[in-house]
Amino acid sequence: MSDELQTGNQVTEDVLELPFEPLELKMGPSHPATHGTVRLNLKLDGETVHRAEVEVGYLHRGFEKECESGLYYQVFPYTDRLNYVSSIINNVGYALACEKLFGIEIPKRCQYLRVIGSEISRMGDHFTCLGAAAMELGAMTAFLYVMEARELLWDVIDVMCGSRVTSNYVRIGGLSEDVGPEFPALVREKLAQVGKLQQDFEDLLLSNPIFRERMEGTGQLSSDELIALGVTGPLLRAAGVAYDVRRAQPYLVYDRLDFDVPIGEQSDNMDRFLVRVEELKQSRRMVEQCVEQLPGGPIDIDDPHVRLPGKGKVFTRMEELIAQFKLVTEGPHPPVGEVYQAVEGGNGELGFYLVSDGSGKPYKCRARSPSFSNMQALSRMLQGAMFADVVPTFDMINMIGGECDR
Amino acid sequence: MMADSEIRTEEQPAEHPLVARLCGGVADAVLASHAFRGDATAIVPREKLLDVCHFLRDDAELRFDMLVDVTAVDYLGRVPRFEVVYHLYSVPLNHRIRIKVALDESDPSLPSLVPIWVGANWLERETWDLYGIVFVDHPNLRRIYLYEEFQGHPLRKDYPKAKRQPLIGPGAANSAGPAGPGR
Repeated sequence: MSDELQTGNQVTEDVLELPFEPLELKMGPSHPATHGTVRLNLKLDGETVHRAEVEVGYLHRGFEKECESGLYYQVFPYTDRLNYVSSIINNVGYALACEKLFGIEIPKRCQYLRVIGSEISRMGDHFTCLGAAAMELGAMTAFLYVMEARELLWDVIDVMCGSRVTSNYVRIGGLSEDVGPEFPALVREKLAQVGKLQQDFEDLLLSNPIFRERMEGTGQLSSDELIALGVTGPLLRAAGVAYDVRRAQPYLVYDRLDFDVPIGEQSDNMDRFLVRVEELKQSRRMVEQCVEQLPGGPIDIDDPHVRLPGKGKVFTRMEELIAQFKLVTEGPHPPVGEVYQAVEGGNGELGFYLVSDGSGKPYKCRARSPSFSNMQALSRMLQGAMFADVVPTFDMINMIGGECDR
Repeated sequence: MMADSEIRTEEQPAEHPLVARLCGGVADAVLASHAFRGDATAIVPREKLLDVCHFLRDDAELRFDMLVDVTAVDYLGRVPRFEVVYHLYSVPLNHRIRIKVALDESDPSLPSLVPIWVGANWLERETWDLYGIVFVDHPNLRRIYLYEEFQGHPLRKDYPKAKRQPLIGPGAANSAGPAGPGR
């Protein structure tokens, strides 16, 4: 023993020859550094990730089974709870799928309000993602700035529909309620405050060398691989592919709005972060244009077989009274058929696939959730990465458990 | 119960150009098609599924490079009972198509598409988990949302919504078997 200690080389070699085996580390399902209920089974060699197996399903609540047992209009509260950070986008996606199935066209004012709601929600979604990512890398202050911004955005949603998180705002053929004449001024005021907070957030974070080093060059994956995996949204755009449903296959009034689709080059976590930062500005532009162009007129279609007639008519006229009774008890009856409708959710393509057998209940109501497909890419992104890259990569995927697990 | 012929006759008798291209590229590939509300849809036989998908991905005029979604529909009472539904999107050419395969209750299996689009992996696992559709040659066909001991496939129409599952884990042996029906 003492001989070996005298010859330093010998000792070093002995240490190298020590038998080792990869460390199995179970991260989650409830881990302080991941905002989301998911389990990562990591196989570590020192600090290098050999293999990352992703286990989802902890928030599975049987979304489809519940939808199939309710009437068409009873699905909306469930859609709120898919991506619960941007619930209006889910409402809009489901309503558009239903309207495509029914073959109805909604009034322009309703379309504008849906876009305003969607973009405000998207901003809340992106702020949450960016702020939480910053916080999990140690930047607690930056997180507080964007949470203040999100509160201001939710003030607007509060005015639109009376609730802040689970909005239940959209109806088939309309909206739950209209906004008043003071709405445009309120939106402009809140957006100005949000813009200032976003600037503070960027100033605090983007030149911070620690933050940049954690984000730059980590979690990279080529655009071809991302497409083959079905990844959409900011993750795909950060890889240089300008696929955005709002631009590629415009719905509502997106074709009337002037906005850019930001793309990245490196397909790393930093680009994913910056793409979202830029999309926040684009969403703000869109909302500003929408309140500028917001037309008057009704928000609901005038069809008592699909959309509830107003109470004024129900209480005074027999036809509308019967229509309301039938609509509430039996649900609206679409033609037999199947449709798929995609919208751009906070994390990518959110699609609804509806199958109708002609009754008042959806025969099938499927939500194609972007988080689920995006999470599938995580184990590829982490292969060969450092252990410290797990948290920023997971943060930039922005898995929302309710949407991923349905 | 809904029949595909009902949809087809409703509107647009002419074949969707994407479906026409598919018919021209792979012989006897399309059993039926429709374009209800403009969604191009082709029903293909199980035996031709891999040929069809290779063609859809590689043909210069189709280039469906993204498998957007995989799911199934249970038409309980109809023969064949199941339909597996694929939604495809082409990023470079910006178009969509829906491919469906009908499967009989006695043998609800079809080839896995993981060799063509790796993204099929989790989507097929989900369809196995919730509908009990078997994807042959899938690299890892395990349940994804539910636990391994779960009995049945809950999105099948003959699975009651309020059905209770037997308890598992420590203490399960002490309980008197599966809990009673209903909530």
